[in-house]
Amino acid sequence: MRALMFGWEFPPHILGGLGTASFGLTKGMAKCGDIDITFVIPKPWGDEDRSFAHIIGANTTPIVWRDVDWNTVASQIGSTCDPQLYYDLRDHIYADFNYRYTNNLGCIEFSGRYPENLLEEINNYSIVAGVIARTIPCDVIHSHDWLTYPAGIHAKSVTGKPLVIHVHATDFDRSRGNVNPDVYRIEKDGMDHADHIITVSNLTRNTVIEKYGINPDKVTTVHNAVEPLSPDIMAIQMPRNPKEKVVTFLGRITMQKGPEYFVEAAAQVLRKTSNVRFVMAGSGDMMNKMIRLAAMRGIADHFHFTGFLKGKQVYEMLKSSDVYVMPSVSEPFGISPLEAMQVGVPSIISKQSGCAEILNNVVKVDYWDVDAMADAMYSIISYQGMYNQMKVEGKREVDEIKWEYAGAKVIDIYHKVMQW
Amino acid sequence: MRTICFYFQIHQPFRLKRYRFFDIGNDHYYYDDFNNEEIIRRIAQRSYLPANQTILDMIKSSEGKFKVAFSISGVALEQLEMYVPEFIDSMRELVKTGCVELLSETYAHSLASLTDNEEFINQIKAHDDKIEMLFGQRPKVFRNTELIYSDDIAAVVASLGFKGIITEGARHILGWKSPNYLYTPVTAPKVKLLLKNYKLSDDITFRFSNYSWSEYPLTADKYMNWIASLPEKEEVVNLFMTYDTLGELQPSNSGIFEFMKALPVFAEEKGITFSTPSEVLAKLKPVDVISVNVPISWADEERDTSAWLGNVLQQEAFNKLYSVAERVRLCDDMRLKQDWNYLQTSDHFYYMCTKHFDDGAVHSHYSPYDSAYEAFTNYMNVLSDFIVRVKEQYPDSIENEELNSLITTIRNQASEIEMLKKELTSAKNNNASAKGNKTKEAEAEAKPAAPKKKRTKAKEEGE
Repeated sequence: MRALMFGWEFPPHILGGLGTASFGLTKGMAKCGDIDITFVIPKPWGDEDRSFAHIIGANTTPIVWRDVDWNTVASQIGSTCDPQLYYDLRDHIYADFNYRYTNNLGCIEFSGRYPENLLEEINNYSIVAGVIARTIPCDVIHSHDWLTYPAGIHAKSVTGKPLVIHVHATDFDRSRGNVNPDVYRIEKDGMDHADHIITVSNLTRNTVIEKYGINPDKVTTVHNAVEPLSPDIMAIQMPRNPKEKVVTFLGRITMQKGPEYFVEAAAQVLRKTSNVRFVMAGSGDMMNKMIRLAAMRGIADHFHFTGFLKGKQVYEMLKSSDVYVMPSVSEPFGISPLEAMQVGVPSIISKQSGCAEILNNVVKVDYWDVDAMADAMYSIISYQGMYNQMKVEGKREVDEIKWEYAGAKVIDIYHKVMQW
Repeated sequence: MRTICFYFQIHQPFRLKRYRFFDIGNDHYYYDDFNNEEIIRRIAQRSYLPANQTILDMIKSSEGKFKVAFSISGVALEQLEMYVPEFIDSMRELVKTGCVELLSETYAHSLASLTDNEEFINQIKAHDDKIEMLFGQRPKVFRNTELIYSDDIAAVVASLGFKGIITEGARHILGWKSPNYLYTPVTAPKVKLLLKNYKLSDDITFRFSNYSWSEYPLTADKYMNWIASLPEKEEVVNLFMTYDTLGELQPSNSGIFEFMKALPVFAEEKGITFSTPSEVLAKLKPVDVISVNVPISWADEERDTSAWLGNVLQQEAFNKLYSVAERVRLCDDMRLKQDWNYLQTSDHFYYMCTKHFDDGAVHSHYSPYDSAYEAFTNYMNVLSDFIVRVKEQYPDSIENEELNSLITTIRNQASEIEMLKKELTSAKNNNASAKGNKTKEAEAEAKPAAPKKKRTKAKEEGE
């Protein structure tokens, strides 16, 4: 079976959970065998893991025919793209895109991020998808998140192959209800054209069915999983102060993540006990507001901000923590509690997050229920039995949540849409 | 001659209210009155009261041939007295027929037998006192919380003078042996054991209204046939179940009450009788000795105590609770003692069970909490407050033994003072009467002696 996937991010160059999830899923599917995956991303850096999928960069796919010799191609894009592939793609340019801005190879530049002109980049991506779909034979098309839905639709119309779209989040999650009409249009369009829709949780599935008016029969939930931790991350040792406990919030400090509930709960706990510190790790548009809130509650001496953490720092932070809290107001899945559990940190998550559907050894509270959240924090830092049970059982549980299982489910869905 | 021994358990815990950590030290009331009342009333309406009526009818219509035993926990009795007093009356009426035996157990339906023998014994006495006070019958047969049993427990129970113990006929203990005989514990040869026939009991408790069960529908006729067709020498079939099986687990529209009513008729046809545990003990002889090293119970597939003490959460809560046992026994604050009882109820630990995360059902069905972690957090918060209160009674720096001797000294002092006072009074009286004699003499001599006499009288009255 040959699958053509469209994605936006791919590790190690990731900005959010989308890249991690698409990467893990692809790898898990490859492990299930008998599948050949081509993964298109806007801008590869050359250091991606290509052992289980062919990676094609949209920025090395020509849409305008340029007469360039092998050496030029090899020297310019050889690090991310086989020159032969460039020529194959060049043979399938399907229209005159001379009016578009292209470079000397006839390719469009992509930022691979979320720039100001995101909608234009999405459009360019879909133009490129037309060339790729004409070149690479496939049996099924799979688009990850709304940025790549137009590309998927385009590829479907070119090849006539079934389209599966993967909803990692909807705009309802990102905006707490204030939906951007442009984004909604693209999302709705993608869902309407899809032969099947995969959502990362039942929470998201309901949103898709109710807010986008999609027939429930064509929406299936495939919960995300986690990659096992690499040995060098497992080996990280952090100095710990046995007299003080650390409670951590880790993520973008935005409206969606509910940081203010974390601060309020912290204030409650600190009224009762003082041998605990709270850390808000990450950055975001609500960070300054949170700093002010912590000061207003008079807990700033026990409440700390780290700013944005990346790569190994994330795990260093987790390993110094006794409790991890994710009070998200709306979280399609939420991979971070699983990562915390992997390093043995007990987690408190909101009932409004998708991962609550599959996790048992966590404390689940409503994001607005500050009392319950504070109570859970206090319980884990005060009662050794609670901490031990969650640490050990949580790790055992999360180690059984594997991408292979998710991959197998996706392959089943492929079979269904291809009517094999 | 084959006989059936029916026994029903009645128990409801005092469920805890949502108790947050910031309530610790501020709020000393722990119970969810609304919920407790609602649940006990509901179960009484649907199950206990109609079941009592059914059993009374059965006893009357069979002219006293139908017999049955009950064990009612002290905490359940307290709630029934408070919220469903008519149940106590209807139970009294049942006991009056003489066909009903009441069994002994721990007052709080607690797990004390697994850790604290002194507490265990105290609770058995407290429970039996309560039963005797309410129903005028002193229990003679013991059954532990959830049929928890081991050799050690048997020895303790035997030392209290009980003639019989009821427990589970756990397969891993019996092996090839049949539960349909009497046995005797290895540690207490004079005590007899009644073992639950879990297959026939569970047919009623769990499978009666299960459409997918191959034997559905279960009729009284068929059921009695099963019992009649057991190997000839098997003497007693022990059917033990929780009382809310009748009407709650098996709703009345499943026909459970009609099923029960039909049992005596078919039993008589087959020559099968009904007996109370005491009658069985008097009639039959044990056939073998049974040894149980690791405690068994009637819960779950494992039939062990892992439903209450299987994980770290449960063990921590349990150990913390009993760590203050001695202190609580030393003090005599009534409210503290009451809370101590209510907090020991095994259900609190059952709610913390994580065994059934995957297939959920049984544990979560009865739990007022969403998860084991929530149950633990809430319980520990309450317990923390309770422990603070216990520690307020006596300073922490004094060891239990020292405290004990101090308290003894104080108590002894009290009785000593009492004694001395008596001595003093009698001495004074002697003195007074001696004086009185003198006064009389003086009176005869002169009148001004009168006020002196008055003073003596006032002194005496003051004493």
